[in-house]
Amino acid sequence: MDISADLLLNAIVAGLLLGGFYAAVTAGVSISFGMLDIVNIAHPAFIILGSYIAYFVNINFGIDPIVVSIMVLPAFYALGALVYQVYYLSFEKRGQESLRGLAFFFGLLFITEVSLILVFGVDYRYVEAAYIGPSIHLGLIDMPLRMLVPCLVALAMFGLLELFVTRTFLGRAIMAVSQDQLALQLMAADPIKIKRIAFGISIATASIAGALLIIIQPVEPSVGREYIGRVFAICVLGGLGSMPGTLIAALILGVVESLTATFYGPSWAPAVSFGFLLLTLAFRPAGLLGR
Amino acid sequence: MNGLKFSTIAIGVGLVVMAFAAWLGLDYFYFAGYTILQYIVLATAWNILGGYCGYVNFGSAAFFAMGAYSSVALHKFDAVIDTWFPDSSIAPVLHAIFPLPIPILIVFGGIVSGIAGFGMGYLTLRLRGSFFAIATLALAVVLQTLVVNWDFVGGSRGAYIIRPEEIQFAGITINYIVYLFVLMLILAVIALATARAIERSQLGFGFATIRDDELAAEASGVPTLRLKLIATTLSGAFMGMAGAPFPYYIGYLQPASAFSLDYAVNSIAMPMIGGTTSWIGPLVGSILLGSLQQIATVTISSAVNLLIVGILLVAFVIIAPNGLVGLVQEHWRKRRRP
Repeated sequence: MDISADLLLNAIVAGLLLGGFYAAVTAGVSISFGMLDIVNIAHPAFIILGSYIAYFVNINFGIDPIVVSIMVLPAFYALGALVYQVYYLSFEKRGQESLRGLAFFFGLLFITEVSLILVFGVDYRYVEAAYIGPSIHLGLIDMPLRMLVPCLVALAMFGLLELFVTRTFLGRAIMAVSQDQLALQLMAADPIKIKRIAFGISIATASIAGALLIIIQPVEPSVGREYIGRVFAICVLGGLGSMPGTLIAALILGVVESLTATFYGPSWAPAVSFGFLLLTLAFRPAGLLGR
Repeated sequence: MNGLKFSTIAIGVGLVVMAFAAWLGLDYFYFAGYTILQYIVLATAWNILGGYCGYVNFGSAAFFAMGAYSSVALHKFDAVIDTWFPDSSIAPVLHAIFPLPIPILIVFGGIVSGIAGFGMGYLTLRLRGSFFAIATLALAVVLQTLVVNWDFVGGSRGAYIIRPEEIQFAGITINYIVYLFVLMLILAVIALATARAIERSQLGFGFATIRDDELAAEASGVPTLRLKLIATTLSGAFMGMAGAPFPYYIGYLQPASAFSLDYAVNSIAMPMIGGTTSWIGPLVGSILLGSLQQIATVTISSAVNLLIVGILLVAFVIIAPNGLVGLVQEHWRKRRRP
């Protein structure tokens, strides 16, 4: 195969932009699965829900999808807190999270997807914004704004989350709950309340990730399924709950997927994440930056 | 009730179902009945791993599709024998063997999916349980990618399988759909008998220790990894067997229908709604939910019926964790000791 330098370079840059976006998609799972040990496989479904809300408001009121997603953050936070409360009362408290808790999230994923199909149909939907279309040219490199803007927003959100987790009292409490719940209880803090807040935040990130997703590509209700493999592959490779690890893993996956799509065809790209996941689980289950 | 007695009764019930179907004389009954029987096999297979060992498999659709596509591959192989082996002595031999009868295809599908189950289990079961669940979820997406890119079995266009109208069997002519129905009925009986046998054997007790406390089981000398691998292999194999006759049933197989999330959600919802602790649960769940869906698909719409399944699944895991069987048992216990 003839690999030209500018094709390779462009594939890598596109992969890095994609990776930044993947980091935003994974941030929520990094909190719920990585820190709280809640296997929220419905997370991609919440992302798609975010996409459709951004789409609906954008088409009807002409508001920028990213602004919409920030406006609905509180609603997503409340939804997350509610889901956690149900999950806690029905499964975690009774010690049944492994089998029935997973089935519960699977059911949520399914209900969200089918409801979106019933309301919006299975057509691909897309949003309109000024930055969808033009691109920046830097020498050999082409950077479509459609990819660059989501990547920058994703990185900003990711940076804020990292600051929140490491610098604020609440963020540290979340880290503490992920390390030793019993110890936290002995310090007279309520781990359930902290977990509820953390899960709310994790679902809130889905709102922004959803808006970014629909900027990058047209969305239909079952697109979320492709992201399940990706999100968990990144989360496991990143070392479960480590924010810097997640970012690095997301960038690696983005680049490898982009190279695969460029040189072998886009239909092979979904297989990459699964390969990553299996290899990580088989050889380095603690992740890249794992202890 | 011992195994022999159970099998006799199961076969008896099967014969009654057959007699009822013949008395109705409706082709639609066989079509609908096949789907429900297929779900009985899938739900029972899922429950061997999920209900007995406590490991969730989200990839039922992948195992099912593997069985279906192994049948398609073998079917297509028949057509290319002459191009692949021109003027060699192998061709007549292969022509004598192919096309393979469906029971052989079922065994083959079972082997393929069983091996896949073993491989998946070997890679992920040594870690925390949730990793296995996530890996099975991703497996479906990847296998679909492979099939979409595999032109031999039709790729994303799908594959047509021309189903014969009828089949000659010991001098008797049988309608092909009846033939498929009978095969699936036999498979369902075998799956249920296996599940029931496991429940009462040492193997079943071993599975139960894993479900209740894996660490304690491991510490007491239960070979947990080996048992889990047996469960994943068996479970995967039955799912593959359920999928193998599917291309002949549907006539046209495309990746989106073979890998449909319906199979994954149904094979979880049916045991969960019926009850996961015994073989009766998946049976009750798949008959109820399967019939409900057949009715809902005809009367309302297929999207709405999937929504019903999803809502029922969530409602049951929250309100009735032990399913319908659990509810009935509780009711009896209360009546006995008022």
